[in-house]
Amino acid sequence: MTELSASRPQPKVKLRDIELRYFSRDGETQALTDISLSVYPGEFVAIIGQSGCGKSTLLSLIAGLMRPTGGEVLIDGKPVTGPSRKIGYMLQQDYLFEWRTILDNALLGAEIQGTDMAVARERAIRLLTRYGLGKFLDYLPRQLSGGMRQRVALARTLTTDPDVVLLDEPFSALDSQTRLTLADEVGDVLRREGKTAILVTHDIGEAISMAERIVVLSRRPGRVKSEHPIHFESAGSARPTPLASRDAPEFNAWFNTIWRELDVHVGA
Amino acid sequence: MSEPETVANAPGPSARYLFWLARERRVRVAVRGTQFALLAIFMVPWEILPKAGIINPLFTSYPSALWPTFLDLIKDTPQQVSILTHTWATVKETVIGFSTAMALGTIIAAALWWWHGLYRVLDPYLVVANAMPKTAFVPIFYIWLGATLSIYAIALAISLFVTILVIYNGFQSIDPSKIKLAQTFGATRRQVLTKVVLPGSVPTLIAALKVNAGLSLVGVVVGEFQSANVGLGFLIQYGSQIFRFNIVMTAVAILAIVSSALYIAILWIETAIMRRR
Repeated sequence: MTELSASRPQPKVKLRDIELRYFSRDGETQALTDISLSVYPGEFVAIIGQSGCGKSTLLSLIAGLMRPTGGEVLIDGKPVTGPSRKIGYMLQQDYLFEWRTILDNALLGAEIQGTDMAVARERAIRLLTRYGLGKFLDYLPRQLSGGMRQRVALARTLTTDPDVVLLDEPFSALDSQTRLTLADEVGDVLRREGKTAILVTHDIGEAISMAERIVVLSRRPGRVKSEHPIHFESAGSARPTPLASRDAPEFNAWFNTIWRELDVHVGA
Repeated sequence: MSEPETVANAPGPSARYLFWLARERRVRVAVRGTQFALLAIFMVPWEILPKAGIINPLFTSYPSALWPTFLDLIKDTPQQVSILTHTWATVKETVIGFSTAMALGTIIAAALWWWHGLYRVLDPYLVVANAMPKTAFVPIFYIWLGATLSIYAIALAISLFVTILVIYNGFQSIDPSKIKLAQTFGATRRQVLTKVVLPGSVPTLIAALKVNAGLSLVGVVVGEFQSANVGLGFLIQYGSQIFRFNIVMTAVAILAIVSSALYIAILWIETAIMRRR
């Protein structure tokens, strides 16, 4: 996409002409093609597309877990060559380690990155306490509910204090009520901490209620089909919470727009 | 687990609950009773038939002869080594055998995990080595390694390959998403091994230990048949050669006790480890 104005700061994450092919004995698959996208500091962007369009792969590229076969990923203007401490990644499920206590799970990233454990510990305890898990530090994951476990996963991601948080359908494994409240909480936490967030989802409502901008990916090979800045005039300058935004009059209009964007390819 | 989810209501247990408890207790008693009955079905004919002269006691001995034989064999005289020494030799060889198999098996499985190419190359050999009847090597090891070492060698040979395969499969079954999670934090391959794969495989390691402790005991006894002058395997071989079935059966009974004790010890280790998880 073209840069909108010169006054914007340097993008936090920039994808330039990304192309990705998979190789197997049966041949090669074009998974992503021609993807260019800039995400600015503090922005919350949702990438939406149907299953198999390569949207999760896109996050793996940003996280440095995979290399694109063409183009490049830049974070703060520097090319990504491997996992970076600036990036935090929340996966589809919590994947808490059943042999570690809640606190030790939250400390996993800090432990791997070899940061000052005393500082990390203090930060992890503060985050867990803020998410209502202060009493459960020494519990094991199996003793917690799904929503609590995903909050631990959030604490684990934020304990390493990343600038950018990648969310790969992080609520998809939860029941619908937990899902809405947790989306609310996570959106709130990330905004308050000033994180840049990229959410991948196929849930249109989730994308509209959480993100400031929605990027629609086409079917395989995934390419950027359209971008939609989401704003709620009815709520004034302040952004409504994800839950409140679902009641805003604009919500349905956005929903229909995005739906049509995705729909074109359903029959194709 | 932590605090119980439900607490009994204040008025005390209901009649239905008491009925349920009583039923549970009856079932437990019935199971125990049947277990003893089965033991009796086995032991009573073994005692009566030889004494009644229906079968030749020379080939079977009988249960009541075991204890006196044991008391006789426990003595350490210039003519005989105490049966306790025999038992200790077998236990020691078994423990060394399965400990070595565990350690080597874990290291080799980790190497196979680390270098996937190595696994692809060695896979067919491991499968064949595991399927091979290792007891065929008893005489070969005896000639190559001598009396003592050949016993350890056979215990190791019989338990090592299955240990490698079980542990490697455990490593493989670790959820790839957990590994991906560690990698998002920048984990190196070594960190993936020590923080995800190994701790996640503790239940597998215990399962492998259960299998290879039993197999090691088999290996040790078979090894002792061939080459030892001490150990329960030797005692069985010796007793059968001089047609003293009292000795043979006593040694077999002690083997049963030893293997049960081993199994209980491993269960005990398992509960101790799993309680902390």
